[in-house]
Order: sequence, then C-alpha cells, then structure tokens
Amino acid sequence: MTRRSAVLHLALLAGGIAAPFVFPAHAVQFAVFWIMVLFALTWDTMGGQMGYNSLGNILFFGLGMYICALTQIGMVYDIAQYTAANGAIRVDFTDRQYFVGLALGVVLAALGALIAAALLSWVLFGLRGPYFAIGTLGAAIAAAELTNAWEYVGGGSGIAMPVFPGAPGMRERFFYAACMAGAAACYLFLRWLYGTRFGLAINAIRDDEDKAEALGLRTGRYKTVAWSISAFFLGIAGALFGNMTGFIEPLETAYPTLTFGIFMVAMALIGGKGTLWGPIIGATLFYTLREVTWTYLLGWQYIALGVLIIVNVVYFRQGVLGWLRERRPAWFA
Amino acid sequence: MSAALIEVRGLTKAFGGVVANRNVSLSVAPGTITGLIGPNGSGKTTLFSSIVGQHPIDAGSIRFEGREISRLSVQEIARLGVLRTFQQTRVFSKMDCVRNMLIAAPHRHSGWRDMFRRDPRERVEKAERLLELVGLRAKRWEAAGSLSFGQQKLLELAMALMNEPKILLLDEPTAGINPTLINGLIGCLERANREFGITLFVIEHNMRVIMSLAQRIYCMSRGELLASGTPAQIRDDPRVIDAYLGVH
Repeated sequence: MTRRSAVLHLALLAGGIAAPFVFPAHAVQFAVFWIMVLFALTWDTMGGQMGYNSLGNILFFGLGMYICALTQIGMVYDIAQYTAANGAIRVDFTDRQYFVGLALGVVLAALGALIAAALLSWVLFGLRGPYFAIGTLGAAIAAAELTNAWEYVGGGSGIAMPVFPGAPGMRERFFYAACMAGAAACYLFLRWLYGTRFGLAINAIRDDEDKAEALGLRTGRYKTVAWSISAFFLGIAGALFGNMTGFIEPLETAYPTLTFGIFMVAMALIGGKGTLWGPIIGATLFYTLREVTWTYLLGWQYIALGVLIIVNVVYFRQGVLGWLRERRPAWFA
Repeated sequence: MSAALIEVRGLTKAFGGVVANRNVSLSVAPGTITGLIGPNGSGKTTLFSSIVGQHPIDAGSIRFEGREISRLSVQEIARLGVLRTFQQTRVFSKMDCVRNMLIAAPHRHSGWRDMFRRDPRERVEKAERLLELVGLRAKRWEAAGSLSFGQQKLLELAMALMNEPKILLLDEPTAGINPTLINGLIGCLERANREFGITLFVIEHNMRVIMSLAQRIYCMSRGELLASGTPAQIRDDPRVIDAYLGVH
C-alpha cells in the first residue's frame, strides 16, 4: 500500500467513525449509506467484474433479513404465536437475549443467503446475458410473493422486530457501527479477492466465457462462488437493515426489487462498474442525490434519479471512475 | 508410427439437414505436426469443434490417448490437454496481455484453494518469456483488445503455449496476418513442436505454409475425408486439385 493510499484509507476511517458523533440526528441516514455501499460493491462483483448483470440480488438481502428476524424471535418465543399477534403483544427481550439473538441471526443470515445463492446458481447460470438478468429478477419477485403468502412468518402483515434494549441514541450508533463494519469488511475482502487468481478468472468470464472454458477454466465453480460471496454480504446487510427499520414486511422492506434492487445497479454504473472504487463513489453520489431530492424536491425525486441514470448511460457509460481513468490516466498509474 | 494421440473413427455430425462431417476417420500421431486442408465449408472447423467437445456428435468415436472423449465437456477436454485456437481471435479484450497469459496457465490440477491464491512469480516470468517469444513483450501491459488482429493471434498462440497442452488444434493460424509476421509465427509453431513437445493439428489455407510445416496432411471436401498422405503425395493427388478447383 502506498503512502497516499494509506492516508486516504485512514481519513475515510476517521471520517466514518466521526460521522454519527458530528451529526447525531443523521446517524440512521449514514448507516443506510453503508448499506448502499454494500449493495453497490456486491452487485459489481457479479455485474462489473464477472459480466453477469443480476437484477435479483435483492433476494439475498430479503432472505437475510427474514432469517435473522426468525432466529432472533425463534430463540425466545414461538414464531407462529409471535407473528399471529401482529405486534399487538409487546414482548421484551433481555439484553442478553437480544444481542445473542442478533449475533446468531446475522451469522445465519449470511450463511443462509450464501447457501441460497449456491443452490440458485445451479438453475440460473444456465442463462446468459439478458436472460440471466430476467431470470434473477423473476427469482427475487417469486421470493417476495412466497414470503407474502406465508402466514407462519407473518405474510403480508410483516414482523415487528425485537426492540433494541439500550439507552436512547445508542440504537442508531450501534447499527451505524455494525453497517460500517460490514461495508468495510466487504471492501477489504473484495480488495484482496480481486488481486488473486479469482479476480483474474471472473474478469476472463466477463470478457469471453467460451474462451475461458476452452482454456479449461472451471467456470461454473467460479460463478457459483462469486454469487455466493455477493449473497453472503447482502445477507448481512439485510439482517442489519431489518433491525434498524424495526418492522419488516416482504414487498417494501425485504424484497424491494424496484427501489433497492435497481439502486444497486444504478450506483455501480454511475461510479464505474468493474472497478473496486467505482461502486463506492457511485453509492456516495447516488445516495447524496437521493437524500437531497427527497428533502428538497419531494414529488420530483424519481424524475431527478431517472435523469441521473439517463445521463449516466448515454454520456458516461464507463461511470465516473472510468471517465476519469480515460481523461487522467496519470492519476491511476 | 506409435499409438495415435487423437483417433477419430466414423465421425458424423449434421446441423439440421446439412451433414458437416460424414464418416470421418483420421489419427494424429504424438509429437508430429499434422495438417488439415480443404475448401471453405468442407467441415474442417466442425471437426475441430467436435474434437474439443463444443457440440455433441451424431455418430462415431473420438479418442484421446486411447480414452473416449466424445461425451466430455469443453472444460474437461481442455484440462486433459487438448486445446484449440479460434479462426477469429478470442482474447480477453479488457485485460492486459500479462493477465491474459496468467489466466491461460493450466487448470488441470487446480483445486478449490487455488482459486484464492496469487500467481507465483515463476508463472509471471514464464508469461513474460512466452510473450517475448511471440514478440509481444513491449505490449505486455496493454489491453488485449487494443492489439491489432495479427498481434491478437500471436497473443492467442502464446496463451495456448502457456496452457501446456499435449495437443494444440490451430484453426488457420496465419489467416489475416501480415505476410512478414507469418515466418515468425511458423518459427514459433515449430519451436512449440520441437522444444515444448506439443503435437500440432493445423487447419491451413496457405499451401506454402502447410506443405513446409506438416509431416502428414489430411484433405477434406464436402464433409468427407478425401485424401491423406505426405505433403508431396497430397500436392500431386488429382482429387485434391479437383476439390480446390471445383471440378467434379
């Protein structure tokens, strides 16, 4: 790591830690920002680095959210009774019950999402190009509808999440720290991963999958692992987001294919797909614009985001980072 | 001649009503350079695709080192050491030449843990040596997609050598290459055969090239095997001349 890069990383770390203390009223927004970074980074592993544009990655987010919620509740209560009450009975979790349940829930959410991706890849990696994109979208919509119809997990009326036991204000900081740790772990892991043979292999699959096969590359194995890695971190993101929201339901919170599901694609494209920092830059720009328009241009917010996406795909197809790399190659030497 | 490396028997392959290969039988001896010629559309590329498992065959058998490979997948056949290059170049266009070379390193024994290793220094050095051999060392950090067609062909050849195959199936290696580069390319092929011990099976339209390169030549026409023999026998065979001049 060069000196300049070390300074940059330390500055970001310091800024990240300071943010919720400097702007305590916005801690939740900042926490969601790290979720957005996770979205963009994990989407880019598939879409940018491997050339498989998934429109259904949100599936692992929702799956992680539900696995975590059911673990937290199921450890202490009967799930069917809890969900049937629709949050009408307020149940109190002790500190210990809450944090053990949350920790176990996050781990199981990550593993559950990983296993789901490995199983789905058997079916969906038979598809390529736009067929893969539509196939994954179908899987995500199906997951949302199935959850919606499953009364045991609350169906369409959702689940009221266990209440955070700490003092007021602690909840926001706690989840902010958890989300930032998740995003940082994902960044560091991918940074290492792209430097190994794995990064080489998924780039080769992106450029010419048939040629990669003709060289004897075990393409199926690489594709399955790449998607499982995406799903692992998305499962964590879902688990944390569900607890931050406090109330989860299938269509708007857990499997929002039309908002978060599209945001992850847009963020990676805006920042520059196929690069490590592109998705992070894209998440920053996109999320900032989203928050600003939601505050000052309410009613026009989706139009503003739409314009951003159109300008991006028409004029800056390589994204911010790709454009800079073309204009200022010396900065990247 | 010792036991054949590739042994094709009674191979038939049809696409719909078009029979691209009809009852083709041929063999390639280990360590040799074997040529495959024939007019356009005579089924040469289809034969190559069948050997490397690109599509299922309708009848016949394909053996490699005595083992039936006609039901294996492309990847499995490649890992056995049977590699083909393409008529239109196929390189990883957004990756630089060195990374193209590194991903071509053999995948024969790669296990789960090898997926997450970095390439050892010897492998990088070997990649650079082979790039030097084909004359692309100066371009090694450029994206493969920015190379000229001829340079991409040379890169593809270097990648093939990096893969350490036992047999290399070359589909028109000199097509589209600047004539001054052709001699260098032939030199590379002969070195690959002599020094690395790679058996070559070459589709070629350039008669001067194939006659000087190959020890044995097969000639196809209209999906069937027309003639086989030494370059001199092929050159004087009236059926071969007829096939090329379109006399029937």
